[in-house]
Amino acid sequence: MLHTFRFSWPRVAATALLSVSALAFTACKDDDDDTTKPTDLTGAKQTAVATYASVASATYEDALSAARTLQTRIQAFVATPSPATLADARQAWKDARRPYGQTEAFRFYDGPIEEVEGLLNAWPLDENFIDYTSTQPTAGIINDVTTYPTLSKSLLVDLNENGGAVGGEKNISVGYHAIEFLLWGQDLSATGPGNRPYTDYLAGGTASNQARRGQYLLLCAELLVEHLEQVATEWRSTGAGTYRARLLAMPADSALQRILTGAGALGAGEMNERLQPALDTQDQEEEHSCFSDNTDQDVKLNQLGIRNVILGTYTRTDNSTVTGPSVLDAVRAADASAANTLATRLDAATAATQAIQAPFDQEILGVGSAGYNRVRAAVLACRAQSDQLVSAAAKLGFPLVFPN
Amino acid sequence: MRFRLFAHHTRPVLPRPLLLAASAAAFGLSLSVASCHADRDVTQPADYLAADPDEALSGGTTTLFDDTRNAFNHGLPGMSDAGRDQFATGNAFFRDAWVIAPASTTARDGLGPFFNATSCASCHQLDGRGRPPLPGEPGLTSMLVRLSVPGQNAHGGPAPDPTYGDQLANGGIPGVAAEGDVTITYTEEAGTYPDGTRYSLRRPAYALTNLAYGAAAGTAMLSPRVAPQMAGMGLLEAIPEATLVAGADPYDLNGDGISGRPNYVWDEGSAGRAIGRFGWKANQPTVRQQVAGAFSGDMGITSSLFPTENCTSPQLDCQRAPTGNTSAQEPYELQPIILQKVAYYSATLAVPGRRRWQDAAVVRGKQLFVRLNCSGCHWPKVQTGASALEPALSYQTIRPYTDLLLHDMGPALADNRPDFEATGQEWRTPPLWGIGLFQVVNRHTLYLHDGRARNLEEAVLWHGGEAQRARDAFTQLPAADRAAVIRFLNSL
Repeated sequence: MLHTFRFSWPRVAATALLSVSALAFTACKDDDDDTTKPTDLTGAKQTAVATYASVASATYEDALSAARTLQTRIQAFVATPSPATLADARQAWKDARRPYGQTEAFRFYDGPIEEVEGLLNAWPLDENFIDYTSTQPTAGIINDVTTYPTLSKSLLVDLNENGGAVGGEKNISVGYHAIEFLLWGQDLSATGPGNRPYTDYLAGGTASNQARRGQYLLLCAELLVEHLEQVATEWRSTGAGTYRARLLAMPADSALQRILTGAGALGAGEMNERLQPALDTQDQEEEHSCFSDNTDQDVKLNQLGIRNVILGTYTRTDNSTVTGPSVLDAVRAADASAANTLATRLDAATAATQAIQAPFDQEILGVGSAGYNRVRAAVLACRAQSDQLVSAAAKLGFPLVFPN
Repeated sequence: MRFRLFAHHTRPVLPRPLLLAASAAAFGLSLSVASCHADRDVTQPADYLAADPDEALSGGTTTLFDDTRNAFNHGLPGMSDAGRDQFATGNAFFRDAWVIAPASTTARDGLGPFFNATSCASCHQLDGRGRPPLPGEPGLTSMLVRLSVPGQNAHGGPAPDPTYGDQLANGGIPGVAAEGDVTITYTEEAGTYPDGTRYSLRRPAYALTNLAYGAAAGTAMLSPRVAPQMAGMGLLEAIPEATLVAGADPYDLNGDGISGRPNYVWDEGSAGRAIGRFGWKANQPTVRQQVAGAFSGDMGITSSLFPTENCTSPQLDCQRAPTGNTSAQEPYELQPIILQKVAYYSATLAVPGRRRWQDAAVVRGKQLFVRLNCSGCHWPKVQTGASALEPALSYQTIRPYTDLLLHDMGPALADNRPDFEATGQEWRTPPLWGIGLFQVVNRHTLYLHDGRARNLEEAVLWHGGEAQRARDAFTQLPAADRAAVIRFLNSL
């Protein structure tokens, strides 16, 4: 989460983009015809990039749309706190994680997500930087009326970036996991998720500063929408200056190198770095969605995102499908054997992650337990999948190394 | 360097300042610099007069070629699955922020009460080099200031300031005031090369401000230090101690003006003395202790090696703050298994390979680097021995450009703060591998222990003491040759 890439890119003329895109959609035919392989390979690469851009755009649009729904539910909950409105908001959070989890395959290169990822999905969370915790009843920005008399979006962003009391360092005050904490509360249960009472938001209810807590939650929801909008905009249009335009204007190998870096780094790096520590520490809350016990979904959705990238397909929230010539097709045009191995490992990684059972914080317990072994198998399968992406990239004609 | 061929040059043992003066006086006469190293193959013509076919492999067979922003953050190529598991967990705990206790994520809580950073990676960004703040930036973010008062602690290390301990923390958790801030002011000092070319060096001055617990001791000594790049630490740890000791020449018996010597420091693991290898003054003996020391000093995370929070007796809020200990973690905030894995991660970050190493100007620069005897301290080639951490690190031919020894670098660079056996003017030769990539990875070209040098040329010009002679010889070079030396350094 601390990787922040800030490249500056030359502006690209819209006309050049249009011609590249037009070429991309007409050049791909007969991948398996060896006699025209060089041409087909080039075309296959270009169409794969174009498909990727469509998949990325659709996934971010769904993430944005789900975040807006989450915002609406949170507004309803804060306006009228009740068990029902809280349950609705919690469900909307889980629904919002579905598309977002799949977008994580678009990270780890110089894509637009890198600008705001730390404001969207940062983890772990400084719970008592935000609100009270079990042993710190007056902790957090919400309860510190003296230091922070007025809550605002800019204050929360600034605290996330600059850490307030912590001199230039980041404490996490916004994003999905901050909202998760505010909806569920600490997970103090060995078997279930957090159980924050709705009365934390009810005037005269539990805890203190209920109105400020509601205001904080509303601000987080608003920021989530704004930051996702910023990313979605970069992918939405092929107009000059957008990231999508720049990606499509790049040499296909440069674009594919980014695409495979993102997918591969998520599998070999990030997913390994999320799962293996839980196995090693045997810590029940060593999981990204620890308040809601939604971590098994995070893992499955990350892998689904990798699958979307490789297969060039995405099933939208409304069940419609975005699809086109894929990365796998391009690999097949270069080397059928490498493509077959990639497809096999993709299926294996998908199956291994799907086999992980909820709740994740029970699954990891006991070195060598059935659950532990399922998580361990997912680590190895995701790694093998990423290793095959390196091999596939070599067949496509460029090197691939993953940032960690 | 220890002199082996001409033993009759043995000098009487003098007190160090006199010895240095005597050596300096002899500089003008004995110019047979390279011949001092007849026992070391850096002087073999085949090794430095032309591009050596293997010299791009700075980390031996563990070298990784990536000249992008991610150049420093790869594990050793070809790591085993077991190694990759450890690397993954270690990386997660190196990169992600630590949080204030108590938090649901009990494996990751316990930040502070005092800290300089919330994660390792916030100073070692992308596992690269830290720097002082740029104009307009508030406070230190990838740099810190060590403190001590005259004397030694029970283990021969620096004696902490009674109020602020041995490091000024510019961060504190809510309810615990940060100790204070550091301000840096620079004074430009103009200089001129013998050929008339002008340059300017900026001399820093450090002051402690906003001190929350009263004044520091009047005798307090400050040592500013930027976060060094991480690459190759496991390889440096695997260099046999005998190799370092054999390269030492504490009394400059060979008269080349260079009197490198090891630091001997306290090893918390064995509870005894050990040769120092890491840190700007070689004050840490192992990667594991370096890592645990940084967790403790920089983030306030206790471990089996450093089990006590950094609260001095006047700092009552600090003493009362909750810890991140849980029974599952034994009595430490950092689980022993996590310390082991972060140490493994730190030891197995791959060294980046050379770029443009066959260019004529780079080869020319390499020749000059050796002829000027920069290589007297910045050893171009070393063999590793057995690594207990990772077999792949064992028996490698590496090109770290360091001897890991202490050298008197003169008064201009001195922090005047002793650290175990290092005097206030001595620094460890830092490895030079990867220095040409700071500008790519960390977007700056600020060098030396406190980032005062704004480019490699200034870094060379700051060298004094034992390096005065090499530095002066550099200034005597024609401009094109000076540029070639810099080209060579940038290819590392």
